[in-house]
Amino acid sequence: MSSLVTKVRLKQIEQLIENGKRLDDRGLLDTREIKIEQGIIEKAEGSARVLLGKTEVLVGVKVETGEPFPDTPDDGVMTVNAELVPLASPNFEPGPPDENSIELARVVDRGIRESHAVDTEKLCIESGKKVFVVFVDVYVLNHDGNLIDASAIAAMAALMNTKMPNYEIKDGDLKIKQGYTPLPMKSHPITVTIGKINNHLIVDPWLEEEAVMDSRITFASNEAGNICAIQKGGNSYFTPQQILEASKIALDKAVELRKKLNW
Amino acid sequence: MNEKSEKLIDKKGIRGDGRKADELRPLKLQVGVLSNADGSAYIEHGKNKILAAAFGPREMHPKHLAQPDRMVLRCRYHMAPFSVQERKSPAPSRREVELSKVIKEALEPALFLELYPRTGVDVFVEVLQADGGTRCAAITAAALAIADAGVPMRDLVVACAAGKVDDTVVLDLYDAEDKLGLADVPVAYMPSLNAVTLLQMDGILKPNEFEKALNMAMEGCKKIYEIQKEALKTKYMVVKEVDE
Repeated sequence: MSSLVTKVRLKQIEQLIENGKRLDDRGLLDTREIKIEQGIIEKAEGSARVLLGKTEVLVGVKVETGEPFPDTPDDGVMTVNAELVPLASPNFEPGPPDENSIELARVVDRGIRESHAVDTEKLCIESGKKVFVVFVDVYVLNHDGNLIDASAIAAMAALMNTKMPNYEIKDGDLKIKQGYTPLPMKSHPITVTIGKINNHLIVDPWLEEEAVMDSRITFASNEAGNICAIQKGGNSYFTPQQILEASKIALDKAVELRKKLNW
Repeated sequence: MNEKSEKLIDKKGIRGDGRKADELRPLKLQVGVLSNADGSAYIEHGKNKILAAAFGPREMHPKHLAQPDRMVLRCRYHMAPFSVQERKSPAPSRREVELSKVIKEALEPALFLELYPRTGVDVFVEVLQADGGTRCAAITAAALAIADAGVPMRDLVVACAAGKVDDTVVLDLYDAEDKLGLADVPVAYMPSLNAVTLLQMDGILKPNEFEKALNMAMEGCKKIYEIQKEALKTKYMVVKEVDE
């Protein structure tokens, strides 16, 4: 997913980080500014636009009815899909989702699913037959690095903004009534990604740092400070000590963000 | 993950398949099992049965994917339709696409990519039977296949999962524990370099439980590493006997 970064720039980023500095004047453990706007797509049941620095992600939530999975007849269904829209980066191409967008969708999905953020038990209409299906569609509009965190925050913000149609069952048929209720939620996971450049850990890498970083590791954590999803990416490694250090940084950062976002 | 699961570990701390918390499933590794591949390996890890084959370093196809300054590693993780209880469609699922990517990223740190510019190595993993922990068993076999192909490596990559079942942190989850347990932490590791090349987690773990699971998984990796090295040596010992 890297863009063209000249070797000169690469050296500069590496040297700055050795001295504890970054190209955009942030400290190694600072996140970029986060701006959230909710409910901007009226036709979607929920939506949110998140700006993480210049990275911009729009998430729309559609709620439909469908069948539950056979192994969970009493649970509603939540799915996450991600589109790396070609207008977001010169490196994104139209076509079916590639491994990067599938990984992005699955990491965002894992954070929400494993923390039981959406209370799927309350989305059951008729056991084994009819449930609400919540489609979370992540739309990357501008790629300036750390799509995972921006998408995870946007997906959560959109879910928190989602309104479910009121309904009643008449003669076995579902009838939509007037009015809406908020989507039932149990938890609010926060996702923090840490990059590794020359054995230095940095929080919230942006595009040019992503191009030179060795690896990244993502932690999603819930209100209780427990870890609910992890994903390592990139073609290098972490030592066990670096992983534990990264997990501490990510959990602390999540507490800080939780306070800031009031989640 | 189901919270209302029945107890998977009995009062004596014995798991559903008779193992202790920190015990691995039986493991069998074989190197050089396919004659057309440059390198190959077969693993039986519990009821998992997985074949891995490596081709290359060879010219890239299509050619425009070749990199002027390094080798390109490509991986395909694929499950046979009959490998699981309900038939799996042979078309690659989103899960398989993601696993192919993380397996590739788990193996790449072991290779000297910069020494083989403009070439490609293809690794194909076929899961013939799945019983929990296939991505880990796949990595263990794929690393052997690459080594068998004669591609220089910094170290073998070996993988093993740990997780949380009931209230206990356990090693090497099998299918039922994977589905009904509370957390799963697959880890790939290069023991000689003390480097973790794959780490994922789903479920919920306290930070101290995560640390315990990570350490337990790495200990499991070290045990499998010995079996892995033995399997690689065994192939060439057999060749020597025939020569005499």
